[in-house]
Amino acid sequence: MKPFLQKLLRSNEFYLLLVILVVAAVIEVRSGQFFTANNIVNLANAMVVPGLFAVGTYMVLVSGGIDVSFPALASLAVYAVTSALVDNSWAGGLWLPFLLVVALGAILGAFNGAFAARLAVPTLIITLGTANVFKGIMQGALGSVQIPTLPPSMAEFGRANLFVATNPTSGLTSSMPVSFLLLVAVVAVAFFVMRYTMFGRGVYAIGGDEVSAVRAGFKVRRIKFWLYVMAGVIAAIAGLVRTSMMGQMHPTNLLGMEIMVIAAVVLGGTAITGGTGSLTGVMLGTLLIVMVQNSMILIGVPTYWQRVALGVLIIVGTGISAVQLTRRRKRNRIVAA
Amino acid sequence: MAEENVIAVRGLTKSFAGVKALDGIDLEIRAGEIHCLAGENGSGKSTLIKIISGVYQPDSGTIEMGGRVHHKLTPIEAIGNGVQVIYQDFSVFPNLTVMENLALTTELADKRRLVNWRRFRKIAEEAVSKINFKVDLDAVVGDLSVADKQLVAISRALMSDTKLIIMDEPTTALTNKEVEALFRVILDLQSRGIAIMFVSHKLGEVFEISERFTILRNGKQVITTVPDELNEKKFAEYMTGRDFEETAFTGDDSIGEPVLEASGLTLGNAFSDVSFTLHKGEILGITGLLGSGRTELALSLFGVFPAESGTIRVGGEQVRINSIADAIGHGIAYVPEDRLTEGLALERSIGDNIIISEIDRLSGPLNLADKRKQREAVDRWVSELKIATRNPNNPVNTLSGGNQQRVVLAKWLATEPDVLILNGPTVGVDIGSKAEIHRILTELAAAGMGIIVISDDIGELKQTCGRVLLLKEGRIDGEVDPRTQTEEELSDMITGGPLEVGTN
Amino acid sequence: MTTTTTPDKQGIGTRFLSLARTDAHVTRLVVILLALLVMFAAIRPGNFANSYTWISMAVSFPEFGLMALGVMVCMVTGGIDLSVVGIANLSSIIAAMVMLALAPGGSGTAIGAAIAIALVVGALAGILNGILVAVVKIPAILATLGTLELFIGISIVLTAGSPISGLPPEYSALMAARLGGVLPMQFVVFLVAVALVALIMGRTTFGTKIYMLGTNATSAKFSGLNSVSLLIRTYLFSGILSAMAGLVMLANYNSAKADYGVVYTLLTVLIVVLGGVNPNGGSGRLIGVVLAIVILQILSSGLNLFPEISNFYRDLIWGGVLLLVIATSEITARNPFKRKQKEVS
Repeated sequence: MKPFLQKLLRSNEFYLLLVILVVAAVIEVRSGQFFTANNIVNLANAMVVPGLFAVGTYMVLVSGGIDVSFPALASLAVYAVTSALVDNSWAGGLWLPFLLVVALGAILGAFNGAFAARLAVPTLIITLGTANVFKGIMQGALGSVQIPTLPPSMAEFGRANLFVATNPTSGLTSSMPVSFLLLVAVVAVAFFVMRYTMFGRGVYAIGGDEVSAVRAGFKVRRIKFWLYVMAGVIAAIAGLVRTSMMGQMHPTNLLGMEIMVIAAVVLGGTAITGGTGSLTGVMLGTLLIVMVQNSMILIGVPTYWQRVALGVLIIVGTGISAVQLTRRRKRNRIVAA
Repeated sequence: MAEENVIAVRGLTKSFAGVKALDGIDLEIRAGEIHCLAGENGSGKSTLIKIISGVYQPDSGTIEMGGRVHHKLTPIEAIGNGVQVIYQDFSVFPNLTVMENLALTTELADKRRLVNWRRFRKIAEEAVSKINFKVDLDAVVGDLSVADKQLVAISRALMSDTKLIIMDEPTTALTNKEVEALFRVILDLQSRGIAIMFVSHKLGEVFEISERFTILRNGKQVITTVPDELNEKKFAEYMTGRDFEETAFTGDDSIGEPVLEASGLTLGNAFSDVSFTLHKGEILGITGLLGSGRTELALSLFGVFPAESGTIRVGGEQVRINSIADAIGHGIAYVPEDRLTEGLALERSIGDNIIISEIDRLSGPLNLADKRKQREAVDRWVSELKIATRNPNNPVNTLSGGNQQRVVLAKWLATEPDVLILNGPTVGVDIGSKAEIHRILTELAAAGMGIIVISDDIGELKQTCGRVLLLKEGRIDGEVDPRTQTEEELSDMITGGPLEVGTN
Repeated sequence: MTTTTTPDKQGIGTRFLSLARTDAHVTRLVVILLALLVMFAAIRPGNFANSYTWISMAVSFPEFGLMALGVMVCMVTGGIDLSVVGIANLSSIIAAMVMLALAPGGSGTAIGAAIAIALVVGALAGILNGILVAVVKIPAILATLGTLELFIGISIVLTAGSPISGLPPEYSALMAARLGGVLPMQFVVFLVAVALVALIMGRTTFGTKIYMLGTNATSAKFSGLNSVSLLIRTYLFSGILSAMAGLVMLANYNSAKADYGVVYTLLTVLIVVLGGVNPNGGSGRLIGVVLAIVILQILSSGLNLFPEISNFYRDLIWGGVLLLVIATSEITARNPFKRKQKEVS
């Protein structure tokens, strides 16, 4: 049992969980509203979209890259599909929008992947470029406007609930969306891919040492390409969920979300230099950020403090791991600056 | 004959941008042979390895292996024919466990798509058992010692049906004890019919174990011969193409006052209670195994890792050295071990690299650079150290290794130091430049500078130093006059006895 | 070009030519710029000949141009500053608040004080960035992403999210002045900044040092450079340039708001990379960045002349140009890359 305990005490996830519990306790003490059924369900609800995005971001970060194009990618994919379906008054099932969004997400992801696999340019720069292209296509070529009504199947999916939780004292209700299952499914698939496929281990290997990965026989370019395709698909699904849940297509709604998502993944212990990171950490990081954002009202902080809180969270979270790294290097007397 | 060879290359030629990197190479390696491929930096060694391992395609020539004649190879074909390369950086994944590092290659070769962690463990256990390597399979490779990383790489190389292992500079980062262990592993592999090719630019390290030598120079094969036909002098001649005089230390003993006095320096587990005195005009050698604390001691004197206790006197005055700036301020200069990562900004100009430590003194008001003063300083050092360049505005990476090392030296001489510490001053430097650097050091000492040479190159110590301190496990273990000892005696002093490789 | 002259005696023209010869990237940018100008002149000769077109460009591009200069100096050290927009808005908001608090009717001293305070705010914000990057050692991209949120957040808190307007008329009058009757004040501010960057990067020891630091941080350390102080000063410089951009925005919009110019975060990075600055640090020329700034402004002003083309195509074109540049420079960089590998042998 001892090695397990040691491992636990050394793991980033454990401390993140502690922080989450402390934050939860503080909110509970201040408001008495944290551990209520409807608040928990609210948090779960709010986690779905950032959680989905975080899964894709985590995979890309582990490979040593970074993707800032996913909100634009998701917006473009979902906008194109929704407007096409609305124009053709699609009244059929959810399968078609889902398939189309996934396909488009894959194509746009492939666009990212083609660049990332071929060029030695930092992926931040590449995805900055593709983000602009995606946004430009959506807003320019497709002349995006708000679409007030969705195809019925999408709207229905957005409204569908697993169950409804009621706060016994306030009587407020919150419903658990069906899309939460989608998050669970995507996390499960991503976990399987990253842990139990050679592709996933290849992503870790590339993040650890790309040259070694080539020498070991990993098809590095192919892995990178498909990695961005997967990230594109996941992002597009997240976009579909968000649009369905909002009940309308708001083209710019997702834009700007990349900062929060990257923050969540990095807080979850995924190294921005690649090679390390776990899905447990990613989900905990997302939960922490969602909690901070959602609970400010509960403790009576005006919402316009949200971005300050997010900024501080990013700085403190990355600062702690940076200081740890510096200490370790000092201890090991690593001379590199 | 042909069956006996694991590999035979004939007439191999390869050019890059019109420059011949390899020109008509013929090389045979027999099963169970230990073959050393030697040459200076840029001689074409790496190009040859990369062709044999399928990374590059030759322009002409053939590669015979596995009973077939290939005109070119892919990496997969090379591996399929039993060729494994262990690069200097070992190509391990620092973020993954030993188990995964060992198993991934095999699983990739088997075209597996899914991971079976139990099978991973089995593969890994089998791999380490082949060379009797005791290691925690769940340890993260980044946390292992250099020698253990190398053993991971060797175990991994043995996983497939390996016939030839190519090792790039295998002993550079190892302590002698580790080298002994490595050689034992290699002799064991040899007895199983596996051929080993060492790639090296030093004669000493693999001399006793190699059965044949092939020496390259400027892409051409100079000779393939047996060790009996070689000695240091001949080796140097083959490598450089020049008649090379081995000079012994000739500096006179007339040394001046103490310039640097260390007493009782201690730093954690790196070194403890180190005391010595360096005089003006003296070249003091410090030697010891890797891990003996020699590098840490130098870095400590230079302010990188300040000593926890003990005192340092410079020119008779006690000083505190807590940062590199302190060290430079007290006239201490340090030529680092790894020129490429610690010594130079390769893409910046030769001139900027020379003046960078001195730049604040070459400026006018408002930190404005005085271009004329800078230019003069650069020109002075380029001519004084005979740096072979037409234009000091060119990036440093246009220079050869030896000239790059002169740039590092120039940078520090420009600060007019009283104490110059050099850590492995001629590592990776061609033999011609090596002699030149030794000459410069002797001249500097004659002009009154105090110099410390940290090296495990016994020839170098013999040629430059009047006095050598022996460092063992962080403590000073003795002082010798290298002129009174043979190279073998010196070597035994460092290692604490002759190398015992033996056959089992 | 038949006679060879020593570098010291070369005229500006020859020097520029020799620069273009040595730096293929600058040449490429010059060619792109000329092509754009020719196209512009051919398609819209009326607008091209109209001085108003050029003046309105010179009024607007200093907004992102100044920020891009800040991003450039940071990128030379191997870092990046994603917080420039945050700093610009924060300093313009504080400047606006100072003006309104001191003298809503306007007074020279109040405006002078506001400008000074804005620059101080920019400097402080830059120092914070510098400390996070150099002392805490957070990767620059994350540190400045965090401070971007923080600065925008503080701006929102200060203004409750709404714009601050009703500035003293003297400020807009000051910024609406035309130097020599031609050059808009915004453009003059930009020129001053360019001169400052040119001086600092090219003529001071600080410039040489940060290029060294960006090329190889370890060797810089072993050469005795104080990377902490160098980095803090770099980000401080970027902060001041961003504050200058904030003051320009304050004049251009005649108001201050937390989320003005949010697209500039990406745009500035795009410009700097387009200008040939290596994202890994150590290389990059001011001339390239200035050319990239001008190219992007002409491109976007040119687009404005075609009302039938949506403004949003700008994103598409910018992104496309960026991808094109990195893709093509990669191809030309391939050969040296291979040769470098060989040298390792």
